[in-house]
Amino acid sequence: MRVLLAMSGGVDSSAAAVVLRDAGHDVVGVTMRLWGGESDTGCCSVSDVDDARRVAQQAGIDHLVFNFSADFEERVVTPYVDAHVVGVTPNPCIECNRHLKFDRLIRRGRELGFDAVATGHHARIEDRAGLPRVVRGADTAKDQSYVVHMLSGEDLGYVLFPVGGMQKSEVRALAARSGLRTASKPDSQDVCFIGSTVGRGGFLSSRMGFHPGVVVDTEGAEIGGVEAVELVTLGQRRGLGLGGGDKRYVVDVSISERRVTVGGEDDLLSPGLTVGTLAWPHAADARTLDGADVLVQGSAHGARHGARLDTDGTVARLSWARPQRRISPGQTVVFYDPTDSYVLGGGVVTDPG
Amino acid sequence: MTAGAPTRKHVYLDHAASTPMHPEAAEAMQHYMAAEFANPSGAHGPARSARRVIDESRDVVAEIIGCAPGEVVFTSGGTEGANAAVLGAVRRGGGRAVCPAAEHHAVLHCVEHTGGSVVPVTADGTVDIAALSAELRRGGTGVVSVMAVNNEVGSVNDMAAVAATVRRDAPGAVLHSDAVQAACWIDLRGLWPHLDVLTLSAHKFGGPKGAGVMVIRDGTPLEPLILGGGQERDRRSGTLNVAGIAGTTVALAVTNSRRADEHARLGALRTRLIEQITSGVECASQTVPGDSSVPGVAHVCFEGLESESLLFLLDEQGISVSAASACASGAMESSHVLAAMGVPASRMMGSVRFSLGHTTTREDVDLAAVAAVESARRLLGARK
Repeated sequence: MRVLLAMSGGVDSSAAAVVLRDAGHDVVGVTMRLWGGESDTGCCSVSDVDDARRVAQQAGIDHLVFNFSADFEERVVTPYVDAHVVGVTPNPCIECNRHLKFDRLIRRGRELGFDAVATGHHARIEDRAGLPRVVRGADTAKDQSYVVHMLSGEDLGYVLFPVGGMQKSEVRALAARSGLRTASKPDSQDVCFIGSTVGRGGFLSSRMGFHPGVVVDTEGAEIGGVEAVELVTLGQRRGLGLGGGDKRYVVDVSISERRVTVGGEDDLLSPGLTVGTLAWPHAADARTLDGADVLVQGSAHGARHGARLDTDGTVARLSWARPQRRISPGQTVVFYDPTDSYVLGGGVVTDPG
Repeated sequence: MTAGAPTRKHVYLDHAASTPMHPEAAEAMQHYMAAEFANPSGAHGPARSARRVIDESRDVVAEIIGCAPGEVVFTSGGTEGANAAVLGAVRRGGGRAVCPAAEHHAVLHCVEHTGGSVVPVTADGTVDIAALSAELRRGGTGVVSVMAVNNEVGSVNDMAAVAATVRRDAPGAVLHSDAVQAACWIDLRGLWPHLDVLTLSAHKFGGPKGAGVMVIRDGTPLEPLILGGGQERDRRSGTLNVAGIAGTTVALAVTNSRRADEHARLGALRTRLIEQITSGVECASQTVPGDSSVPGVAHVCFEGLESESLLFLLDEQGISVSAASACASGAMESSHVLAAMGVPASRMMGSVRFSLGHTTTREDVDLAAVAAVESARRLLGARK
C-alpha cells in the first residue's frame, strides 16, 4: 500500500516508519507544520521537523512538510482562546486530532492517492461485533485511544496505527536498533503552541483580557480573590490564594459573575453530566447505545467510571453509577464498552452537572 | 528497476531556485580545488598564482557589469550581498532603509530589522513609484533597496525610474539593487549606471552555491559586514574563495555571451508553457502578464487548489517546480510577494512557479504542461 505517515519527530512515529517500511509498504512521511508562532514545547518546533526528516532519511522513506498552520490557527488556537473567554477549558490536542490529523491530513492523503494515513498513536483498530473500532493500545500505560476516539467508521478503514500493538519499550528498542536519533527522545507533554516559559496564562494574556474574581465558599461568603477568573478550572486546588487548612477545590466557576466557588471534595461530586459535539464511529451507535451502561474516561490516561448513557444522538446525558467529580465544560469524555476494551463514542462536556 | 521499463525523464523547472552549473564553470573550479589550492593572500609562488585568477576574474566581471575592477567585491552569495548593502549603509551613514514589499527576505528582513520602511508594490509586483517618492520625501532615508527582477513572479522593476526618483527625492541615499534574478535576463551594463550597489548570486546563473558578487561604486559609504583580515580592500574579510570566484566568473561570462539568444529561446518556451496550462484547465491563470516579467519565470495561479498538493503530484511525475518560499522547517509559507500584489487568497493558495533556464528544452515544457494540467484536473475531481 501507499501510506502517508504523519511524523511528529517523536519516537512513536519514527518507529512507525520502520514498521510500515518493513511490512513492505510504500511510505511517505509528512510532518505537519501547525503552529506558526514561537514555541519550545510539544510537536511543532523546527528541531522536531529536523528529527522527523532525518529519521525518514535513515528509514529510507521520503519526507515532506505540509503547512497546515492557517487551519490550526482557525480550528484549534482561536477556539481555544474563545473558549477561555466564556470559561470553558478545551483540550486542544483532541481538537487538533479531530480537525487536522483526522480531517485535513486524511483529505490530503485521499486527494494525493494514498491508500492509508498512519500515525504513531498507541491505539489499535480492530473489528468488534463485526464493526471496526478504536481499541486500546497494547501498552495500557501509553494507550491513546482517548485522543483518537473521534475517528469515524469510514476513517477507521483508512487509518493505520502501526505501533498500537507494541509496548512503548518495544517501540524505543526498535528505534534504537534502527539507529534512529529519536530512540530516547522524551514524550511530548505540553500543548505545542504554549511555550514553557510563558505558560497558559502568558499565552492567553496576549490574546484576551482577564478579569479578577472573588472566591466564595459554598455558603456564598467571600474568602479570597483571583486575578483571572478565566484561568480557573473546576477541581483546581492550587493558585487560589487560600493558604493551608482543609483541602478545598473549585466546585463552580461563573465568568459572568466573576465568581469562583470553593468547597470540600464532596461538593465537587455530581450525579451526572451533559455532553455535546458527539462523535459516533458508526451511524447506528447512538441508537444502540441509548440507555446502555458504559465506562467513561474523562482525561488522557484517566480513571474509568461506570455510567448510564442516554442520548438522542446529538446530546448525551451520562448518569454516574456512583457520584463522580465534576469535569470542566470543554473537556472530552470518551465512552468505552463495559470490558474497557474499545471506544463506543465520545464528546465534549457542555454541563458538568 | 524492471528491465525494459521506460525511464521517466526528469524535468527540472526550478531554475530560479538554483540552476545547474555550466560545465565550464565546474571545470574551472576543479583546478583551484585540487591543483592550485594556495591562499591567494600569501607571498609565495603558489599564492601569487592563485592571486592571479582572482585579479583576472575581477577584470572579467567588471567588464561584464561595466564597472571598474576595484568596485567588484566577491562575497558568499546574494544574502550576504543584501545584508552588506542594507545593514552596511545604515551602520555607516545612518538614516532609514526603504524597500518595496515584494523584496526577497534577504533585503526585507534587513530593512525591517533596522526599523526601516516598506513601500507598496503594484498588482504586477513592481515598486509603486509614487508611493516610493512619497516615502522618500519624508526625508532621512539612508538606503533604498529595489530588486531588479522579482524572484517569485519575475516582474521587472524600471530601475531608471527608481534611480531618478531616489536621486530627486533622497539625493544622499545609497541605492542598492538585488540583481540576483536579473543576471540571466538583463544586460548588467544597462543596470549598473543607475546604482550605487549591485549584488549577484552565482548559483542563479550557473555558478556555484556559496559564491556571489557585490559591486560597490567607489565612494559609497558602507560599513563592512565581516571584519577580519581585510581582504577585498577591507570591504569583505575572509580568505578568498578561489575556486568559487573562478566558477562564478566563468559562469557569468557564459551567461553574458548567451543572454540574448537564451532570452528569445526561453521566452518562446515560457509562452508555450503558459498557453498549454491555461488552455488546459480553466482555474489556471498567469499571475503577471508575460510582457512585465523575465522569460525565465512562468508563475501560474490554480484558483481553488492547493500548491502543496499540486507540487506533490508534479514531483511524483518527475517535474520539479516550486511555490512561494520555504521556511526553516521546509514548510511552504504563504507568499508575501503575492500578498503585497493583492492576489486574492483563493488564487494565492494554488500558486506554482515554473522557472526555466539554460538546460530547459521544449520537451521539458511540454511534459510539465501535460503533468500540470492532469494534476490540476485530478485535484479538481477529488474535490467533487
